[in-house]
Amino acid sequence: MTRDLPLKLLRRLLGLLLSLFVLLCLTFVIGRLMPTDPVGAIVGELADPAAYAAMRAKMGLDLPIPQQFWVYVTNLLHGDLGTAVLTGNSVASDLAAAFPATLELATLAIILSVAVGVPLGLLAALYRDTLLDQIARVLSLLGHSLPVFWFGMVGLIVFYAGLQWIGGPGRIDVFYEGIVEPRTGSILIDSLLAGENEIFWNALGHLILPACILAYASMAYIVRMTRSFTLEQLGQDYIIAARAKGLRLPAVVLGHILPNIAVQLVTILAISYGHMLEGAVLVEIVFSWPGVGQYMTNALMIGDMNAILACTLLIGLIFMILNALADAAYLALDPRTRDAR
Amino acid sequence: MSMEAQQPIAPAATEPAGGSSWWLASLRRLRREPLGMAGLCFIGLLVLVAALAPWIAPYDPAVQNLGNALQRPDWIHLAGTDEVGRDIFSRLVWGTRITLQIVVTVTLIIGPVGLLIGVVAGYCGGRVDAVLMRATDIVLSFPSLVLALAFAAALGAGLGTAIVAISLTSWPSIARLARAETLVVRQAEYIAAARLYGASHLRLIGLYVMPMCIPSVIVRLTLSMAGVILTAAGLGFLGLGAQPPAPEWGAMISSGRKVMLDAWWVSVMPGLAILATSLAFNLLGDALRDVLDPRHAR
Repeated sequence: MTRDLPLKLLRRLLGLLLSLFVLLCLTFVIGRLMPTDPVGAIVGELADPAAYAAMRAKMGLDLPIPQQFWVYVTNLLHGDLGTAVLTGNSVASDLAAAFPATLELATLAIILSVAVGVPLGLLAALYRDTLLDQIARVLSLLGHSLPVFWFGMVGLIVFYAGLQWIGGPGRIDVFYEGIVEPRTGSILIDSLLAGENEIFWNALGHLILPACILAYASMAYIVRMTRSFTLEQLGQDYIIAARAKGLRLPAVVLGHILPNIAVQLVTILAISYGHMLEGAVLVEIVFSWPGVGQYMTNALMIGDMNAILACTLLIGLIFMILNALADAAYLALDPRTRDAR
Repeated sequence: MSMEAQQPIAPAATEPAGGSSWWLASLRRLRREPLGMAGLCFIGLLVLVAALAPWIAPYDPAVQNLGNALQRPDWIHLAGTDEVGRDIFSRLVWGTRITLQIVVTVTLIIGPVGLLIGVVAGYCGGRVDAVLMRATDIVLSFPSLVLALAFAAALGAGLGTAIVAISLTSWPSIARLARAETLVVRQAEYIAAARLYGASHLRLIGLYVMPMCIPSVIVRLTLSMAGVILTAAGLGFLGLGAQPPAPEWGAMISSGRKVMLDAWWVSVMPGLAILATSLAFNLLGDALRDVLDPRHAR
């Protein structure tokens, strides 16, 4: 049984590679679908045919389609994502500048949603059908039904314009910008490393609301899943045995339930983290957060296909790798799954 | 998205699923679920509002009146007016048509497609199953909103594109469910009996297997619609859904963003409409799951 584990992991890896290939094909096709003429966009409508043909050849659009795809993939593998119309820089360097902001936001959000979601899900299962369970259920239902960008705007109206508890849109107040040397890309960590406490608190004030908003939708999912995993365990004989021998509830939870649902939770976590990168696209616009999401929407507004497809690829790549890792972790860490498949 | 909903709902041993008495019994059980009924009533209300929009809306949703811009909600303008003086309540009323159009079209696309792919994969097994499920898994592993964004950007913004983009990424969960269900049903004795009588594969799939999968597919569709409404609103918010001046709720939020700190109602009101609609589908879906699957413990 353990002998074919590497084989199964290898099959997962092949599956991931296949998915990535399809993603590449899709972005390639989408890039060719666009209604505007990419050559005309550069040389202008009134260019003479010779200049037009020269530009067309320079862009590689005169090659047969399979060859164009090959060029596209080799360029990608060399880190060449094309040039962004909006900034004039290479898309790769734009993304490298924007990604840390998204990562910082999504990471704080996932920490928050796990810190609240897992305990709440456990408690809801342990105190099933009580008021607490109902509250958890309502919170989770709302989280599944809220448009995240709207929730962010309501948050800004209440906490920024109304109560003035938090910093407004953006990562940091303007007069603090550019003081801290970027070392990790996370303003929180960089400002702590530089010993700039004031900047740290300012940045946290800007980060906390978007992170909470983003965390809420994932929290709803995590609560729901933790609750149903825990209920599944609570019905098992070993829990009854543990209780019967006099073990107290906290000890049962920490010693028996949590270890048994840990692998399932890790899977949920990976999926949620992937979804956060997606949710970040909408949240970043509302909070003028200079991350990948805002970069992608700015590109959408002007129809900059290079940038749009690069963002799709980046988010898709992370999303798929996280999914595959979750799957592999499940397979490798939980012996129960091996018999089933 | 939710893993617990992926469990197949095995047909009850005594009552065959799909029969008219079975549906009546299910409806009667649904009436004992107050939250589910609330969701159903709200959706019914939306259908009514959409049908009677010209008579319900007090003002023309597209007529601008700059002298009357950004009025607070009061008895003349129930939800206030927006930045060009249009009555927001009237726009919300007309917007139900767009929302329902999205819901109905996406359902009509992904329901049959997902059901067919799932049932064929489950029934045929072997290589057909492997190929179809591989494709399903691949689409399932895509980030759907981002992919919908890219599609909408390439095909040009518009309601039709938004519907296609959403459908392209949301059929897999239906297909997976239908397949799981088919694997259970395939083993049933009545299928073997029908096969002995000489029923063709087409007949077996269409008349004997598919109807058994419909209840769980309906549950999944209802729950999916909650997410579809949010994705559609997100696309509208980004300017990739129905185009102005169409009163699409997501686009209304987006136009309210410019004035959100001075006139909260312009963006808050459409958001409440989206929240309520999505919540209604979630409540109905949850209740239907409990009703159609007697084993499901809540």
